[in-house]
Amino acid sequence: MRSYSRRFLAAAALAVLTLPVAACTSDKPAPSASGASAGAPAGSAGPADKGTGEQSKFFVQADYDAQMAMRKAQATGPSDKPWEQSIDPQLVDTAEFKKAGPYHLCFSNAAVDNPWRQVGWKTMQAEVALHKEITEFTALDAEGKDDKQISDIAELQGKGCDALIVSPNTTATLTPAVSGACPKVPVIVFDRGVQTDCPVTFIKPIGGYAFGAAAAEFLVDKVPAGGKILALRILPGVDVLETRWSAAKVAFDKSDLQVVGVEFTDGDAAKTKSVVSDYIQRYGKIDGVWMDAGATAVAAVEAFEDAGQPVPPINGEDQQDFLKKWSDAKLTAIAPTYPTYQWRTPVIAALKILKGEQVPKVWNLPQPAITQENLATYLKPGMPPLHYALCGCEDLPGYPEKWGGTS
Amino acid sequence: MRRALPIFVVLAGLLVAIAIVNPYFLEPPAFLAFVKRAAPLVILAAGQYFVIVSGEFDLSVGSLVTAEVVIAARLIDGSAEATWPVLALMIAFGLIVGLVNGIVTTLLRVPSFITTLGMLLILSGAVFLWTGGSPRGALSEQFRQLGRGSLGPVPWSVLILAAVAAAAVCAMRAGFGHTLVAAGDNDRAAALSGVRVARVRTVAFMISGLSAAVAAILLGGFAGVSAQVGKGLEFQAITAVVLGGVALGGGRGSVAAAMAGAFTLEALFTLLNLYGISGALEPAVQGVIIIAAVALGAVRFPRARAAAAS
Repeated sequence: MRSYSRRFLAAAALAVLTLPVAACTSDKPAPSASGASAGAPAGSAGPADKGTGEQSKFFVQADYDAQMAMRKAQATGPSDKPWEQSIDPQLVDTAEFKKAGPYHLCFSNAAVDNPWRQVGWKTMQAEVALHKEITEFTALDAEGKDDKQISDIAELQGKGCDALIVSPNTTATLTPAVSGACPKVPVIVFDRGVQTDCPVTFIKPIGGYAFGAAAAEFLVDKVPAGGKILALRILPGVDVLETRWSAAKVAFDKSDLQVVGVEFTDGDAAKTKSVVSDYIQRYGKIDGVWMDAGATAVAAVEAFEDAGQPVPPINGEDQQDFLKKWSDAKLTAIAPTYPTYQWRTPVIAALKILKGEQVPKVWNLPQPAITQENLATYLKPGMPPLHYALCGCEDLPGYPEKWGGTS
Repeated sequence: MRRALPIFVVLAGLLVAIAIVNPYFLEPPAFLAFVKRAAPLVILAAGQYFVIVSGEFDLSVGSLVTAEVVIAARLIDGSAEATWPVLALMIAFGLIVGLVNGIVTTLLRVPSFITTLGMLLILSGAVFLWTGGSPRGALSEQFRQLGRGSLGPVPWSVLILAAVAAAAVCAMRAGFGHTLVAAGDNDRAAALSGVRVARVRTVAFMISGLSAAVAAILLGGFAGVSAQVGKGLEFQAITAVVLGGVALGGGRGSVAAAMAGAFTLEALFTLLNLYGISGALEPAVQGVIIIAAVALGAVRFPRARAAAAS
């Protein structure tokens, strides 16, 4: 009997230990990722609390404005090859780098640890294979580690590269390494940037603000006034994801919608599904779902299906699993993209530079969104579920097998 | 049963707390949805219980779940005919991983903490190498049904959970359960009285591997293919078992309480989520529970020892 009561005490102590954690915060409103108040930050219009919380530290008004302008701008270049197009290019002269072929290209890759980078990396290899004048292509994978990438960049400088392509793992940490390489070899940076303008060109799609705004504006358009929006984010504190959310926040603050929750999912499908189910249960009905990345969009859709509710307007990304779900379940959806075709552009840029042709200083690639009207063009039966539709790889040798698909 | 009572009291308290915030929670559909969501963790906790009560640890279950789901997706690749053979293969793979853990721990005398930590790293490394971070293929609709669908109003995963729970309780009531607890309480004494300690512990690891396979089937069915599906599950399972009052180091605690511990953990997470403090706090709460439970267990240890092994 004694041991019983001691056990009971132990468990009771545990309960006492853990319950207040929940209780003491019960006066907070729903959005967990934010403070209770939305002090109107510089640049956002809405004085009322839309449930979107404080604006992100990463929000830069000038960058936001520039990206919003680029979304409306017309890109120059061949419209059937968006990876060769650029928006508002400021061309720079590259005569100083001109040399005769054949060429040895080098590539320092941040990682190939997610489906987006996998598709991109295959696309880049196929682009290299297109050009006979590239006789050697040396690529090092930094496996997502800054220190490895710093030593990779140093190592590549000793390999006799004619041009160096860098996809930085992080912006600030890789800046000195890129600065060090610039005097020795023409450098091309793409995807994430660096804090120096020494690379000959920096290639990127329009950017994260454009992604987040496209999705949020779609919801503002489709969801009736007063509708409840659930925002799902992967992680806090990552610049490329923070910009997506901060642009969405600006759009929601200006709207009549109520953001009932901003939740982090770690990019995990089961967690996403649980979070969405909880919100459906808590609010009875959710009228729109905003996502900062599409990888778990299908799980969010399934949460509504399993709850026996119609799926509200939602955004995903250009991955095949989401596009298929969209088409099969006739969703009201949009898929902003961060196109993988940008992996073709650095190779094209390197050859232009080595031939002395002008390139844009900042090469802004168009960043289309998949809508109901063009969904059928991007839905590619036979491609794997995690394939990104905007790979621009359909005309490359080895498609679709090299990308894991069947023709 | 008496010794398992406290955790049931805590669980009931949490369920009442959830019901106060969300009255809909106690209605059958919502409650079944909760049980369905908890099922994989409860099954993993049951498997982990067998290993812990025999005096060992199994840290490999999380990455085993991931490996199982990724392998299943690759092999099934959306085809309905492949579903059942692959399910059988998953079960076999779970048993084999458990067998290897058990043999390395008992025959080679590598501490289970190291064996299963090594297995965790081997499996997660192998999955990464094989997929490059991007799982290929897809699970078939038939496969997804087990984690997603239901038989009438009752989800399949709840039925599977009920079967697993019944089997686990039966196993612990049978001779096997008694020898397992004896081995965990004092392996030398157990060996001297005729228990084949190495064999029962190896079987315990195989049960844990099997539970990981079943959890993988349910989790993969619930949310589809993901390379993160099993992340952190080993610690959740151990936390659940410890929360159920099972002594780390073996020899004490009941499997029903371990499963109740898993429900309690899941209920706690649900409650935190209802109050809008999900995410970052979950690992912290788990950490507090593990340390507090072990600390309280240690305080009680000298006197409770005499009343152990039921």
